[in-house]
Amino acid sequence: MEEGERPRSRARWVARTDRRRAPKQGLGASGLTTLKTTSTTDRHDQPVAPTLTGAIQRPVDRAPDAAAPAIRLTDVSYAYRTSGGSRPAVTGITLTVKPGEFIALVGANGSGKSTLLRLVDGLLSPDTGSVELDDQVVAGPDPRVGLVFQEPRLLPWRSVLDNVAFPLELAGWARLPREVRAREMLDLAGLHGVDDARPHELSGGMRQRASLARALAPAPAVLLLDEPFSALDALTRERLNVQLQQIWTATGTTVVLVTHDVAEAVFLADRVAVLTGRPGRLSGEVPIQLSRPRVLDRLDAAAVSSAASGIRELLAGDAERSR
Amino acid sequence: MTVRRVLREIAPIVVGAAFFVLAWKAVVVIGDWKPFVLPAPETVAARFVRAWTEGTMTPHAATTLTEIALGFVAGAGSAVIVGYALARSHLAERVFSPYIVAAQSTPVLALAPLFVLWFGSGLLSKVIMCAIIVFFPVAVATMVGIRQVSGDLLEMGRAFRASRRQLLLGIEIPGALPSIFGGLRVGVTLAVIGAVIAEWSGADRGLGLLVILAQGSLFDIPLEFAALATIALLGVALYLVVVVLERRLVGDRG
Repeated sequence: MEEGERPRSRARWVARTDRRRAPKQGLGASGLTTLKTTSTTDRHDQPVAPTLTGAIQRPVDRAPDAAAPAIRLTDVSYAYRTSGGSRPAVTGITLTVKPGEFIALVGANGSGKSTLLRLVDGLLSPDTGSVELDDQVVAGPDPRVGLVFQEPRLLPWRSVLDNVAFPLELAGWARLPREVRAREMLDLAGLHGVDDARPHELSGGMRQRASLARALAPAPAVLLLDEPFSALDALTRERLNVQLQQIWTATGTTVVLVTHDVAEAVFLADRVAVLTGRPGRLSGEVPIQLSRPRVLDRLDAAAVSSAASGIRELLAGDAERSR
Repeated sequence: MTVRRVLREIAPIVVGAAFFVLAWKAVVVIGDWKPFVLPAPETVAARFVRAWTEGTMTPHAATTLTEIALGFVAGAGSAVIVGYALARSHLAERVFSPYIVAAQSTPVLALAPLFVLWFGSGLLSKVIMCAIIVFFPVAVATMVGIRQVSGDLLEMGRAFRASRRQLLLGIEIPGALPSIFGGLRVGVTLAVIGAVIAEWSGADRGLGLLVILAQGSLFDIPLEFAALATIALLGVALYLVVVVLERRLVGDRG
């Protein structure tokens, strides 16, 4: 029992019964169309947000007022059990994310950002409050969610292709279709010609691309990114962020990005939520009004700096309080 | 290029062996040892070849190999299961580890006569002896290996909805495999010792028995050396089998 979180992940068994709700993957279809159709569940679609460039085509919502958020956190608190009691990580978090939205969670180390992602993924169950995906309470790791960790977490004894196919293998896909799918995802993530390589033969950036491809393989409606590029050099990170935007546009998934890099959050997100304190709580949100697709050297400088200073103010308020 | 590689791989082995044989011969010549105390290498080699061609050696070697193979598989197989339980269950560790350590600390040499008493002088007592001697290093290696499997990888597996069985077969066992093979390497050489010791306490066939016969009633010291050489070669061959298996299963992980 290394970490206090272990015992409560038994919720996986509950999630099993949800399997029939897992999106059906059309094997013949290309990766992109597959992702598009699965990212939108039958009833809860929202029209494309006006800030987007219209690259995502969604069926027009039949009842716009009844549209459910892709993610809804209601008064969520979580504390890690430790030998000496409990260590609260997040408290009183209420947050909704619209389908297809790109939201960034920004906060200092220890503000519970990663915990929040694990609560959304169902790896952890909240002590109080509830986590819902498409109006359904999350009760364990959910097939509609893909998670990219801070580290690549690839299996060192498997080839890159087999690593990307791993979630599909777990879900019982046959070899051929899962390899086809894994190749499509490697393409989408911009990894070419390394199918048979072992993870240790790749650069850090390539490994993280493979990890991204793996998370995308089961066509998740929600993609959770836990500081995915923070261990990479600045140039690689920039390039991957641009590509992440393209992937998001192409797949139409809802994205939650955890980061401590304000510039990265502003560049990528529709909305930035700021998490402060210990235990972490939401201290505010900043909408990012920049047109898409965003190009690094053609951003509206005024909008960027006002958004960034808004975020920094929220972060700084925390620093003052804790002094 | 490949020829050069083969030379680089093989040459040291050949040179080492030549050096060993020459040193042996030198000791015999300088010490003026009689052949019934320390036979010269060529005497042993000739006896070795004759024992095999005449068919003296074959049934004994086959018997010992069978004992080792069965005992090793049984011992290593149960050790992997128990090692996993020790790694993952605090209760299992509390309950079983004292007995496992105590059993390991008891000299097997002392147990061998008991096994013959209980299980007869046939195959079974040898297989059990081999299994017991193989058990400890493999169980400990498995326990350590399973504990070292990265929690990050397990969390990744859970995030992708792996079942317990999938976590075990897809992440834990492959992750622990390098360590398990470390235990198997030690275990396979111990299995050879186990078989020989067990045969000393009573057997109708086997290389261990042949060693005793050659020294005692037959008084054929070169044959004793030939039997010892066969035992050693068997150990080396089995060790190589484990190493080859390890290369194939563990592969290149960087």
